[in-house]
Amino acid sequence: MAAYILRRILTMIPTLFLISILVFVIIELPPGDYFESYVAELKALGEQADLAEIEMLRERYGFDQPQYIRYLHWVGGMFHGDFGYSFAYRLPVSEVVGDRLWLTFVLSFLTILFTWIVAFPIGIYSATHQYSWGDYGLTFLGLIGLAVPNFMLALLMMYFANIWFGLSIGNLMDSTYLDQPMSWAKAQSILSHIWIPVIIIGMAGTAGMVRRLRANLLDELQKQYVITARAKGLAPGRVLRKYPLRMALNFFIADIGSILPAMISGAEVTAIVLSLETTGPMLIRALQSQDMYLAGSFLMFLAVLTVVGVLVSDIALALLDPRIRLGRGNAK
Amino acid sequence: MTQHHKRPDGLPAPGAPLQHYVSDVPFDPNEGEGRLDGMAEASQLQLMWWQFRRHRVAVVSLVFLVLLYASILITEFLAPYHQDTRHLDDIYAPPQQVHLFHEGRFVGPFVYGRERSLDMENLRRIYTDDKTDVQKLRFFCQGDDYRFWGMIPASLHLVCPAEGGNMFLLGTDRLGRDVLSRILYGARISLTIGLLGVTMSLVLGIVIGGLAGYHGGWFDAATQRVTEVLQSIPSTPLWMALAAIIPVTWSPILVYAGITVILGMLDWTGLARAVRSKLLSLREEDYVLAARLMGAGSARIIGRHMVPGFMSHLIASATLTIPGMILGETALSFLGIGLRAPITSWGIMLTEARSVNIIALYPWLILPVVPVILVVLAFNFLGDGLRDAADPYK
Repeated sequence: MAAYILRRILTMIPTLFLISILVFVIIELPPGDYFESYVAELKALGEQADLAEIEMLRERYGFDQPQYIRYLHWVGGMFHGDFGYSFAYRLPVSEVVGDRLWLTFVLSFLTILFTWIVAFPIGIYSATHQYSWGDYGLTFLGLIGLAVPNFMLALLMMYFANIWFGLSIGNLMDSTYLDQPMSWAKAQSILSHIWIPVIIIGMAGTAGMVRRLRANLLDELQKQYVITARAKGLAPGRVLRKYPLRMALNFFIADIGSILPAMISGAEVTAIVLSLETTGPMLIRALQSQDMYLAGSFLMFLAVLTVVGVLVSDIALALLDPRIRLGRGNAK
Repeated sequence: MTQHHKRPDGLPAPGAPLQHYVSDVPFDPNEGEGRLDGMAEASQLQLMWWQFRRHRVAVVSLVFLVLLYASILITEFLAPYHQDTRHLDDIYAPPQQVHLFHEGRFVGPFVYGRERSLDMENLRRIYTDDKTDVQKLRFFCQGDDYRFWGMIPASLHLVCPAEGGNMFLLGTDRLGRDVLSRILYGARISLTIGLLGVTMSLVLGIVIGGLAGYHGGWFDAATQRVTEVLQSIPSTPLWMALAAIIPVTWSPILVYAGITVILGMLDWTGLARAVRSKLLSLREEDYVLAARLMGAGSARIIGRHMVPGFMSHLIASATLTIPGMILGETALSFLGIGLRAPITSWGIMLTEARSVNIIALYPWLILPVVPVILVVLAFNFLGDGLRDAADPYK
C-alpha cells in the first residue's frame, strides 16, 4: 500500500511541473507587462508615475531578465511561501490572497460532501425504481441542473431568496467579519452563508453523478449473482446492501476525479456572480488587469487543489479495492 | 438414399455415412421463426439507425437541433426585426401577448397597441395595453432592411407588426432592441461556436490520439502527460486566463475565432484518449491481424478497418462535449471576457441580466437562457442516443 501511495505521489510531480510551466506561459503571453499598462494608465490620467519604485519592482521580479530565469524565480519562491508580488494591490500575493484559498478549499470540500450525500440516495432510488415516476422526476430535475448555466442558477437563487425569504445571499459572510481574523462568530457567519453556493455549485456535479451511479447500479443489478442471491431467498434490500451497492461505492469514489475539475470550474463562475470571498472574483480581476503573479498563483492553486483531490480519491480507491493496489499498479 | 443396416440404438453402422438432410432451398434469415426482419443483410449504418430510432427523445432532439441549425441559415427572414434596430420609444418594454380574438370576434393573430407612461416616483416606464388598438400581424411582409447573408439586400420577413405598430413578443432590452430577434440572431454565434469548437477538438483528438496509439513510444508518453495536465486543470479558469489574453483591439470576428480556438484547444484531450485506447485495443483484434496477414498496409488497416470501428463512438462522445462548449461560451461572455458587443450571442444577451435588480424589474431579459438550456439538453439526449446506436449489436 505504501508503495502504491509513494508511486502515485511521484507521478504527481511531473504533472505539477508541467502545469506550472503551462500557467507561467499563459500569464506571460499577453504582450507587455503590468508596469507598461500601469505607466500608460497614469500618463493618460496626467499623473506622474513613481518611476524609481517601478524600476525597483522590475528589478526585484527580474523583468529585465530572460523568461526562464523568471520562471525559476517564481517556482522557487513558491516553495517557501513567496508567491510573488501583486502589482495591483502593491502587496505580496500571499497577503492579498489571505483567507481566500482556505475558503475555496472549504467550499470545494463541502460541495463534494453535498454531492455525495445527495447523489447517493437519489442514484440508488432511481436505479431500484427504474422507470417509475420518481425516477423520471429525479432524472428530469437532474437534467435541469446539468443544463442551466451555473451563473444563471446563482442569479435566480439570489432573486428567489430575496423574494421568498427576504435574504440577500451574496458573499460568504456578514460584511462585519470581512477583514477580521478567524473567530467562532465568523465561522458561524460563514456556515450560515455557505450552503447556497454549495447547492448551486453542487447541482451540476450531483446531476452527473446520479446519472452515472444509476447507470452503473443498473448494470450491476442485472448480473447473475444478484439473481442468484434473490433466488436463494435474500431480501431485496439485503441483496442491494451486500453486493451491488459495494460495487457502486467503488465507482463513487473514483468518480471524484472526473467531477472535481468541473466542480472547481463551476465554483469560479458562481463565486464571481455571488461575489464570494473565494478565488473567483479576484482571479478574474487579476486576469483583466494583467496582475500576473496573482493570477498565476490562483491558477496554480486551483490546479494543485484538483491534482491533490484526485490523488486523495485514488488513494481512497486503492484502500477500498485491492485489485487496484495489487494488480494494475500505477496504470491508472 | 442407400439402405443401411440399422443398429438397435438407432446409430448407423461404423464407417457408414451419417444420415442427414440438407435442404437446397436458398436460406433466407428474414423468414420463418426467429426471423431477423432484414437485419441479417442490413448495413452497419442501417442497424445504427434502427437502434437510434428506438431512443425517442434522441430522435426528437435530433429533429429539434436540425430545425434550429437550419434556422440560422435564414435568420434574417425569420426575425421580425434586425438585431440592432433600436426602438427608442420602447425601452425595457415587456413582452406582448399574441391574441386571436378581439371582443369575442376572431381577427387572426394580433397584438394590442401600447401606451407608455412614466412613473416618476419609481422612475420607471409603464406600458399598458390599449384594448381598442388592434394591430394585426402581417405575414411575408416588408420590414426592416437587411443584407441576406451580409450580401443580398432584402426586406422580406416571415412576420412583421402592423403598419406603424410594434411587436415585441419577448420584450425589448436596455437599448430598445427586440429580444426575440436578438435571440434568433444570437443562435448563429452560440450554435456555431460549439460546432466549430468540437470539429477542431475532434480533428486534434483523432490526429494526436491516432499518432499516439499507433506509434506509441515517446510521442505516446508525451501525449499522455499533456493530456493528464490539461485534464487536471479546471477548464473554466483556464478558459478565463486564455480569453483574457485576447487583445481588446481585435475585431469581433477575430475574437469569435479566438474563443472558438480556445474552447476547442483544451477539449481534445478526452477524445484523444478515447482514440488512443480504442486504437490500442483494436490493434489486437483478430480481423486486424487477418487484414495484416492478407498484406494490407498500415494506412489501409487504420482507414478501412480501425477507424470505422470507433468513429461512431467518437462522434457520440464528441456530441456530448458540445453542450460544455456552449455553456463555456455563455459563461465567458457573461463574465465579460468572451465575445464582445457588436456580436450577438446568447451569453452576451445574458450580460444584460447581470444583477438581481434587473431580473426583478425586467425578468424577460433572462429569456436567452431558455434556448441555452434546450440546446444543451438536446445535445445531451442526442449524444445518449448516438452512444447507444454506436454499438448496434449489443
